[in-house]
Amino acid sequence: MKEKRFYRIRRFFSGTPALGWLLGAFGAVLLESLVGDPFSEILGLPKIPVLFGVVIMLKKPALIPGAFAYVLLIYAIPVILFTRITAKGMNWMADKLDKMPLWFSAALHLLVLYFTLDLWAQVSDYRLLLIKLMLIAIMLTLSLNVINGYMGEFSCSHPGFMALGAYVASVFTVGLFMNDRLFGHALLPAGIGQFLFPIGLILAGAIASIGALVVAIPSFRTRGDYLAIISLAFMFIVKSLIENLEVVGGPRGLSGQPDWATLPTVFIWAILCVWTINNFVESTMGKALNAVRDEESAADAMTVNTRKTKMIAFMFGAFWAGIAGGLLAHVLRYINPGTFGLQKLAEVLAMVYFGGLNSVIGSIVGAVGFNLLSEMLRPLEIFKWIIIPVLLILVMIFRPTGLIAFKHFDIREILKPKLKMKERV
Amino acid sequence: MPLLQVKNMTHFFSGLRAVHNYNLVIEPGEIHGLIGPNGAGKTTIFNLITGVYTPTEGEIYLEGESIVGMQPHEIASRGLGRTFQNMKLWRHMTVLEHVMMAHYSKLTYGLVGAFFGTAKRYREEAEIEKHSMELLDLLGVAQFADQNVLNLPYGVQRKVEMARALAVQPKILFLDEPTVGMTPEELVGMMEVFRTIHREFGPAIFLIEHRMKVVMELCEQIQTLNFGEVIAEGTPEEIQRNPKVIEAYLGKEEVE
Repeated sequence: MKEKRFYRIRRFFSGTPALGWLLGAFGAVLLESLVGDPFSEILGLPKIPVLFGVVIMLKKPALIPGAFAYVLLIYAIPVILFTRITAKGMNWMADKLDKMPLWFSAALHLLVLYFTLDLWAQVSDYRLLLIKLMLIAIMLTLSLNVINGYMGEFSCSHPGFMALGAYVASVFTVGLFMNDRLFGHALLPAGIGQFLFPIGLILAGAIASIGALVVAIPSFRTRGDYLAIISLAFMFIVKSLIENLEVVGGPRGLSGQPDWATLPTVFIWAILCVWTINNFVESTMGKALNAVRDEESAADAMTVNTRKTKMIAFMFGAFWAGIAGGLLAHVLRYINPGTFGLQKLAEVLAMVYFGGLNSVIGSIVGAVGFNLLSEMLRPLEIFKWIIIPVLLILVMIFRPTGLIAFKHFDIREILKPKLKMKERV
Repeated sequence: MPLLQVKNMTHFFSGLRAVHNYNLVIEPGEIHGLIGPNGAGKTTIFNLITGVYTPTEGEIYLEGESIVGMQPHEIASRGLGRTFQNMKLWRHMTVLEHVMMAHYSKLTYGLVGAFFGTAKRYREEAEIEKHSMELLDLLGVAQFADQNVLNLPYGVQRKVEMARALAVQPKILFLDEPTVGMTPEELVGMMEVFRTIHREFGPAIFLIEHRMKVVMELCEQIQTLNFGEVIAEGTPEEIQRNPKVIEAYLGKEEVE
């Protein structure tokens, strides 16, 4: 009986390709931007619920019916209606796209995704910040997954790499293009700074990956707990180094970063990160990480250069962590060494292990899920830090390697047209 | 010039002498056996030649070039393939991925190809995939290509490991007890695999084995090892008759 019910639900949703869902979501967001304000007024809500009404529901239980009705009428029903009605057309379109080059199809989907996010974020600055932080979290989680998941080393140095990236990028932009108390007058006009920002970020990533050598070289001989301690030590070294460097503000931190980490910038970098990491882990060179993790001596005997493989993994992971750190600095526009401490480490590790080891899609789900959850449960205050850890424990008990572990991220498979289950049988 | 030559190799494990004054000459295409009781140092000799350990003393030449002190992967890519006593398969990888991985040293697309997916990368990956499938086909395990190795029967896992070692395109193949724990039927299949490999690729084979049937049937030259020293060397018939070998395996005959 129960299975039958599940089957029905699954059949109900399975007929729509990714394109349909994306356009449906775009439609819902468009609807919100058009009628969201008057609509929430009718339902007695103070303003448009920013996070699917969850925050409002938890804050003021009296508004639960209103918030619920809002989510139902603005998001749920339009999306379901849209996807049901257009399923056939969408499948036809997905089929057409499936025959075109993959990059074109992927770019089109990403464009729809971007406009959906952009429109959604226009409602409030809070949403904009949330999306940016979420995209940065995806980059961080994925880059840590390369080291902890794909290569199976327990590295704790990620906040250290982020800190390196954040400070390098900040010094680059603040020092060159801004009038600042610490660095004096701008050396170059701020107008061209926006275009040179990517160079600053790449520089940030490069410095972070040079820093990664400090952890990568000991990893030739040590594994497991010992390497975890070495990497933890690296994180603390970076933190106290920055705390004692008065040039970059010491423990007071560094502020005044220009607002260059706009949504399109962060979005493009996140896509680049997912794309290159997925490319890498799907190649035989990238799979060498798995071979090193599962049986290092066998990898060595099968001509795999294990030292090079470890160096690549650490430096590549650190590169993206550095870029993510640089973006974070320009999203928050203020950083201090305390940002990159144990708290950050716990957060990134939780996202990796929650989402799933050895899986690109798992990392995306982990980062998005963890961030949404932690924002939605914010009104619960102290109880939030009971619920989230309990959830993590449950995930670890029932799915020890994470929600979606050891899965290939096959873009074509995700975007392809979906037949109804009935037709498939 | 011999394919592989080991001269006066001695190795100590912090004071314990594991191998003493070991010499070996293998010509191209030759099948050479290494037997001896448990703990005699057979696997240590394998690990010394393949570069896992660096010998305390002695010289090793592969095709006339000294390989002492090289990393295992450097030695392997010069044409030394090996299998392991306990197989050492990669638990999260499929059969095809195993064999493709052993082509690592032949990949030339580099990091740019790996990160950005260049045309060269897809061409090379397709090439090694084709070659891997041919190897799997030859050993009769091609139908398992997309399966995870851990789900397969023991005999198939052994063949996968063999295909992986062959993907290195070895001039000499080191086999460490390749038939251990096999049923009689699997053993017959494995012997057939050895013959196929030798016929198709003609590598020299250096074999550690406990089953006398296998050793006596395949090997042209046999060394017997005891406490890290070679106590007898010769053709299978000579070894079988050698009193020292009998003593090492069965103990000394009591003289009344």
